[in-house]
Amino acid sequence: MDYFVGVDVGASTTKAVIINKEKQIIGYAVVNSGADFKQAAERCFHLSEENAGRKVGNKYLVIATGYGRRNVPFAQKTKTEISCHAKGSYFYYPRAHTLIDIGGQDSKIIRIDDKGKRAGFKMNRKCAAGTGAFLEEIARRLEVDINELNGLAAKAERNIQIGSYCTVFTATEILTKIREGVEVKDLIKGIFGSVIKRALEMDPLEGDIVMTGGVVAHNPFLVKMFEKKLARKIYVPPLPQLTGAFGAALYALEQKEV
Amino acid sequence: MGEERKSTIKKIQATGMMRKIMADYFYQMDRASKEGQPKVAWCTSVGPAELLLSLGFLVHYPENHGALLGATRTANDYIPMANAIGYSPDICSYLTSDIGSFIKKETPLSRAYEGIEGVPKPDVLVYNTNQCRDVQEWFSWYARELKVPILGITTYRNIGEIKDYHLQSIVHQMKDMIPTLEKISGQKFDIDKFRHVLSLSYECTQLWKKVLETNTARPAPMSFFDGTIHMGPAVVLRGTPPAVDYYKVLLKELEERVVHKEGAVEGERFRLYWEGMPIWGKLRSLAEFFIGLKTAVIASTYCNSWIFEAFDPRDPFMSVARAYTEIFIVRDENYKEKYIEDMVRKFKIDGILFHDAKTCPNNSNNRYGMPERLEKKLNIPSLTINGDLNDLRCYSEEQAKTNIEAFIEQLEAR
Repeated sequence: MDYFVGVDVGASTTKAVIINKEKQIIGYAVVNSGADFKQAAERCFHLSEENAGRKVGNKYLVIATGYGRRNVPFAQKTKTEISCHAKGSYFYYPRAHTLIDIGGQDSKIIRIDDKGKRAGFKMNRKCAAGTGAFLEEIARRLEVDINELNGLAAKAERNIQIGSYCTVFTATEILTKIREGVEVKDLIKGIFGSVIKRALEMDPLEGDIVMTGGVVAHNPFLVKMFEKKLARKIYVPPLPQLTGAFGAALYALEQKEV
Repeated sequence: MGEERKSTIKKIQATGMMRKIMADYFYQMDRASKEGQPKVAWCTSVGPAELLLSLGFLVHYPENHGALLGATRTANDYIPMANAIGYSPDICSYLTSDIGSFIKKETPLSRAYEGIEGVPKPDVLVYNTNQCRDVQEWFSWYARELKVPILGITTYRNIGEIKDYHLQSIVHQMKDMIPTLEKISGQKFDIDKFRHVLSLSYECTQLWKKVLETNTARPAPMSFFDGTIHMGPAVVLRGTPPAVDYYKVLLKELEERVVHKEGAVEGERFRLYWEGMPIWGKLRSLAEFFIGLKTAVIASTYCNSWIFEAFDPRDPFMSVARAYTEIFIVRDENYKEKYIEDMVRKFKIDGILFHDAKTCPNNSNNRYGMPERLEKKLNIPSLTINGDLNDLRCYSEEQAKTNIEAFIEQLEAR
């Protein structure tokens, strides 16, 4: 085999990464997962092949991950997104660290030891609070395009505290703040702060911190805020949204080596 | 590829006998309920059942009925009925599903046993708060609704070392209820009958303990999920001969499995401890999932909760008081931690699963830092699954299974 593919079918988006034997990314793609995971996986893989210059042919191995990992008929194996994120993150940061992945539907905190083994992991509870879905819902309520959140938050002048634990309660809290005349940019910064609080509640976050996931990929200002809160540098790998898919591709490569 | 790994559960042959004695029990109670004799007492799971049996009562256990509602996945049809009359979705979902089913006049008993139309009518309701405060509220609803006398024992909770005054209090409360119970049952209290019932209960729980201990073998012959079903007779028939007979048969079968190295999980790779309530509506699905992962869930606090070492017919009141008090759920955090630690060592456990049951704080032991402390102390990982005993609105199958699968991947990589 010459190429190794990781397909991460997430609740919100599907990601595919193709690597070569040298563990270099030669192609990738991101599509919306929609309601048909199988179709999303196929479409995403084809786009990543195109991105790689259509040289993959049929010499490849595939490992699927993410919520829809069992809906990828062309995958030889599945692996959970928790293992794949840890794998992808350790590739860039080969030392003990804590990984915070904020995805569309869930957020996870994974503790990785100095050998790259997982020391433990936690996922958020049932609620959407602190995830991408939470940001999407609030953006919709504020009639702001999701892509504008980062820019608006960066322009904020005030620190607004959002206290609620729940997405629905947060939406109500926001309505109150709007009535009080708080500006949208300040509210969005407050919302970012709320995502950070949810992560802080999950783990003491010891040692080096790495952040991945779509929310981080699209909102670098959130990482900045988090760094300020922790008074520590946070590492973000290249293509943070693709960390899980990249980890799956690395597993596929190991599969070959076995 | 990409398919969810599924496997079939290995059948325990004694199941047929269990079904029969359980059916006999429910029919006997249904008859009593219809004919008015013998009298029927409702009792909490670790309430004074032995005393009630010695006074000639047949005993119905609403918690068992709650578990039936969960296991038949009908609980969520009924929980909203109880919510609507003011019983919060955050309190015990045994309570809300049982009361809801009563309001709706439906029960899984009538689907399972032809001719049974409802749960047996109580002549008296007897609780013990050693389980929780919710059982008292639960029985109080029926007391108001059915205008039936209610009696109860209030147990000291969160205790470390058991003191004499903890037990004396239970003894006094039990003795206090005897005159009322005599009046209802029409039978005089007879200490020798009490001793006899107690000796049967003791024998039952000793056999049940041996059944559970067969799982110290590798591979383990019975899964936790099997255990939750096969503990039925220990729960509802303790103090009666059929339960004793049943566990002799089950024990023999499991001992044979041990001799032949026949595990509940083919190719057992990992051995896990289940801490907390079962997720009744997902027993089969989880059992199959673990078989697919070649992982055996082999020991639990829950199944152990029906082992009563202290029963002693020579000193019936004091020993019953001790047995009802020394159970896990009554004890403080240090005791619980030490208990799980001992179990992990005894059963050679590779990891601990904590079930954080949304509506059952008293059986959710992950909430005060115990997983973190045990991980450090025992150097094994743990995983907390969010769910509930009965209310499947609180359980995300996909998230739970992804977490479990990731946990097994973590064990594989160790």
